[in-house]
Amino acid sequence: MEPTNTLFMAKAVIILVVFAITLGVAAYSTYFERKIAAFMQDRVGPDRAGPFGILQPLADAVKMFMKEDFIPSHANKWLFIMGPCLSMLTALMTSAVIPFGDTVTVAGVTFDLQGIDVNIGILWVFGIVSLGVYGILIGGWASNNKYALLGGIRAASQNISYELAMGLSIIAILMFSGSLSTKTIVEAQQNGHWNIFYQPLGFIIFIVCAFAECNRTPFDLPECETELIGGYHTEYSSMKLGFYLFAEYINMFISGAVMATLFFGGYDYPGYEFVANKLGETPAAFIGAGALIGKALFFVFVFMWVRWTLPRFRYDQLMNLGWTGLIPLSIYNVLVTGIGILSGQPIIAGIAGFVLLILGLIIYDQLTVKKKIA
Amino acid sequence: MSQHIPSISNFSLSDPNKYSVENLRSEEMIISLGPQHPSTHGVLRLEVVSDGEVVVDVVPHLGFLHRCFEKHAESLPFNQIIPYVDRLDYLASMNCEHAYVMGVEKMLNLEGKLPKRIEYIRVLVAELNRIASHFVAIGTYGMDIGAYTPFLWLMRDREHIQRLLEWLSGARMLYNYIWVGGLFYDLPEGFEQKVAELVPLIKTTIKEVKTLVEENAIFIKRTANIGVLDRDLAISYGCTGPVLRGSGLAFDLRKVDAYSVYPELEFIVPTGKGLVGTVGDCWDRNHVRVLECEESLGIIEQCIDKLLGEHKRTPEFKPQEMVPKKIRPAAMDMYVRAENPKGELGFFIRTDGRSDIPQRLKVRACSFHHLSVLPTLSRGAYLADLVAIVGSLDLVMGEVDR
Repeated sequence: MEPTNTLFMAKAVIILVVFAITLGVAAYSTYFERKIAAFMQDRVGPDRAGPFGILQPLADAVKMFMKEDFIPSHANKWLFIMGPCLSMLTALMTSAVIPFGDTVTVAGVTFDLQGIDVNIGILWVFGIVSLGVYGILIGGWASNNKYALLGGIRAASQNISYELAMGLSIIAILMFSGSLSTKTIVEAQQNGHWNIFYQPLGFIIFIVCAFAECNRTPFDLPECETELIGGYHTEYSSMKLGFYLFAEYINMFISGAVMATLFFGGYDYPGYEFVANKLGETPAAFIGAGALIGKALFFVFVFMWVRWTLPRFRYDQLMNLGWTGLIPLSIYNVLVTGIGILSGQPIIAGIAGFVLLILGLIIYDQLTVKKKIA
Repeated sequence: MSQHIPSISNFSLSDPNKYSVENLRSEEMIISLGPQHPSTHGVLRLEVVSDGEVVVDVVPHLGFLHRCFEKHAESLPFNQIIPYVDRLDYLASMNCEHAYVMGVEKMLNLEGKLPKRIEYIRVLVAELNRIASHFVAIGTYGMDIGAYTPFLWLMRDREHIQRLLEWLSGARMLYNYIWVGGLFYDLPEGFEQKVAELVPLIKTTIKEVKTLVEENAIFIKRTANIGVLDRDLAISYGCTGPVLRGSGLAFDLRKVDAYSVYPELEFIVPTGKGLVGTVGDCWDRNHVRVLECEESLGIIEQCIDKLLGEHKRTPEFKPQEMVPKKIRPAAMDMYVRAENPKGELGFFIRTDGRSDIPQRLKVRACSFHHLSVLPTLSRGAYLADLVAIVGSLDLVMGEVDR
């Protein structure tokens, strides 16, 4: 076979595997979400399908497919179908640029454990994520339902506002690595030089924005059950609803993977060099892929943990937090990082900036919050 | 001139709106919230006129749970009305029974003549039920704000109370335990000890809920300074219970009327103090409920002490001994009121002195009065605030519609 052909085959296999992993993780996220919720709420959770309810996602999928696929008579039929498809499509496309591992050699073929290594890597993620909001917006609008419309509007304004802060928080990372390519960003963090040590503030901004982008509590206003019943997916049933819910879990996993890539060294793990020397580059890279997925799953757990702990913001409070809280903070972060890079001490600047901010917040809190609960 | 008879095609029963598209401004829309909406706490339908996310007006539509209680009562003997009374505020049936039975006993001049043990048992079960009712209120309120976990924690501990009351009466929610002139049965053997075991458990739960819900920054943001009901407005709308006390007036019928054995028990009346916002906001109303649970626990402990000590179980004690065979009060108009978890529950009863059934029985339901404040409180608020306000008023539609 021609070398380009084998490379093509290898890439096709990677894409298939990443696709399968993403879908599998998303399916089992629903199960773990319910189990974690049950654990936190002193319940048992799903335990009927298979041992410990391990087949629950399959049962759910069967249920979703068997349900009546209802399209309201007053809905715009094509857009109504397009909404969930677009959500699912964009959710799945994001994983293409995430570097799951370093270079491996399998059966004489050498390739990277990454779908595509493009030089605009992180911009690809942002571009696709911002397309994702169209799925929700179109679904909400096409339903021709007031609740769905309100949900769609909320989704649109929320995602657009939080993308700004998210993008600004990334800029500091880009200032370090000097490249948009996800692969380069990860390579710059090898041997424990994870960005989280340089960018604690950037990470906090990013994770808050990720919550908003994934429409998860405390920012789950587009599907806010208590006011809008189901929000944008009020009128959806069957697998169309399943697509929306599934897309949410895929987004969670992908944003976990992006966070791991940008801030937690991607596929890097303690003792990477040691393993590479003992076992060879290829096993070390595969363990690295496992490490990345493990980090992503940890963030998925954080998403769930927060969801079952915190109440939900109000619409205007959410916008306030985005525009008057996170965006100035991320600009501050860019400034601090710039000073750090100029002075040649990025880690000191990062930590000093973080400590200053915390002090400022404490002083602000002491000055403004006069009343305390007895 | 022929009489105008509206034909069935001229109005549709499902759409009795006050507002129509013609009398709205172009940026406003009508949202029908309920009766199947998840956060209207039952079958309340709110016709909301909203300008985007801002509520312009709210019109409550009632009657989805109307069961003709008052008309039913006019054809039933007094003791047979008790099961129907259970179904008024179905989350606090014991309290409803207690109020009604006190009224009938007042008409029969049995007031204060019952054995003290009966009175203490009544107060004990009523306070247990008060905690159960408040737990539902606090839990669902957390859920309205978006916190799902505290709801299930509170439902879990409410379950213990319901098990106890099931042991007592055989029913989980609609007990029919308090009878005119007595009780269904004495407490089961070991009931007092089980209640004493439950008290520390509930105390822990209340502490947990305080940290998880009440002191949560997002919860405070969502409820402080929202739906501020000032004291004069609360009084003029006839609000009672935690809604009125949340507005800062320590008005508790257990103190004001001092009925049953409440004067012998020690407890304080918590009021809203505006700890995180303005006096009378949603947070205050919720906080009053949490504090009342603690007070109720204190009352329960005192009752247990009395029931195990001064008025303990004796073989001679027969809870049905004083139950009258025939209840035929003299002709009179009587109004009785008692402090329910949600506010003042009152019964007006008119008898003619010749029959065993009331001529008229009118219920003064606290939830109905609280619902009437809702439009005033929620005009100009956000849609999410509307949900927060409805939840803080703690409406039970069984009592509103009767």
